Amino acid sequence: MWVLIAILAVVVLIVLYLIIAYNGLIRRRNQIENAWSQIDVQLKRRLDLVPNLVETVKAYAAHERETLEAVIQARNAAIAAPDTPEAQGQAQNQLTGALRQIFALGEAYPDLKANQNFLALQEELTATEDRVAYSRQFYNDSVLSYNNKLQQFPTVFFANMLNFERREYFEADEAAQTAPTVEF
Amino acid sequence: MFELISSNKRRSVLLLVGFVVIVVLIGTAIGQLTGLGWMGTLVATVIAAVMAFVSYWKSDSIALAVSRAKPAEPGDYQRLHNLVEGLCIAGGLPKPRVYVIDDPAPNAFATGRNPKHAAIAVTTGLLEKLNRVELEGVLAHELSHIRNYDILVSTLAVTLVGAVALLTDTAIRLMWWNGGRVSREGDRGGGFNPLALVGFVLLIVAPIIAKAMQATVSRRRETLADVSACELTRYPPGLISALEKLRDDTTVTHSASTATAHLWIEQPMSGVGDRGRLGSFHKMFDTHPPLDERIALLREL
Repeated sequence: MWVLIAILAVVVLIVLYLIIAYNGLIRRRNQIENAWSQIDVQLKRRLDLVPNLVETVKAYAAHERETLEAVIQARNAAIAAPDTPEAQGQAQNQLTGALRQIFALGEAYPDLKANQNFLALQEELTATEDRVAYSRQFYNDSVLSYNNKLQQFPTVFFANMLNFERREYFEADEAAQTAPTVEF
Repeated sequence: MFELISSNKRRSVLLLVGFVVIVVLIGTAIGQLTGLGWMGTLVATVIAAVMAFVSYWKSDSIALAVSRAKPAEPGDYQRLHNLVEGLCIAGGLPKPRVYVIDDPAPNAFATGRNPKHAAIAVTTGLLEKLNRVELEGVLAHELSHIRNYDILVSTLAVTLVGAVALLTDTAIRLMWWNGGRVSREGDRGGGFNPLALVGFVLLIVAPIIAKAMQATVSRRRETLADVSACELTRYPPGLISALEKLRDDTTVTHSASTATAHLWIEQPMSGVGDRGRLGSFHKMFDTHPPLDERIALLREL
């Protein structure tokens, strides 16, 4: 009788452990997905801000056609880029470079620099770039936490059976590692 | 990190229990001193229960109201909102409510009971005197308080320390009103009551104990929040230069009171007498480690 109860208790404990460990893995895996979509949201937000910026700058520095066109082109390229991390990364990086040049214009045109709209857009774009970086950081933190859980004893035994796979980190590609250059 | 969070939750339960014990003791003391007897204990227990309950649900609004904090309009404080949002993405937190306090002294605090019910308040002085990177460091420090559940422990402490101070104040005043005597005229014949003496000592010591509790609760988590802030921003120089600016700025934060002192990023009262003969005694009541120590620690990261 007592042996039976003891066995039953052990089985219940094991099942409880499995449920908690499984839920922990699912929670972490969903967090990774959420973090990944957050990166996309922030990149899109940046694309939406660009036309506004171009309009504002045009009013003050219309003859800086080259710089303005470079930004528009970079934006279109980013929208058209195929949905692979490499292509997206490269296109977004080009846009970052083109935007830096626009903000450098502020130094040459005091009226533009004093424009409230321009300042607000500058703040908004800087913040969005920060957010892109932060969402990538959160993505990597989530991957780290998930991978740690996955590879630790004793989760590692049943995680393999249930097809939980290691996730890859987001890594800044070659193009992103060389900071965009600003030419005057 | 998770061990830290659960230890903080445990600590807030301990704080509540400790507070209830102190209040019941004070109640007993009042009862003995004023001749109300055990009725005093009963009344104090009820008051303690109500206050513990209120402080769990309402301590954030109390702390904000005491500091005269106003909600920050997203239109007027675009940068502030942007920075908070960005850091929340980095930490995977919901965005807290953001408040601004009209005070020229640079300072900030966080309050609430959990990340879903949290608020950050900054002074206008902080927004004026710090640049973007420094402000980000300070906000990351405050968000770390939210993430580690420090806010629950510290906002509870605000209301509880206040309550103890209030009760002992009332008790001492009641005694004056009673002619400064330890018991009523009619009790004279009863002889000396040893409980009354204990009660009198307790009334004097209780606020001091409450104060020391507040200080120890606060000091360690400041250092901890500094370190986790750098985990969020991955850029220690931002917070370092912000703390240096806070150190060199001597404006006193007028919106802070003794009860909310430990909430702020920088100790709002000046540490007068920290170096004198009683220096180490005063340090017991400091709610923050010295800024120089905090800066030195961050430099090692």
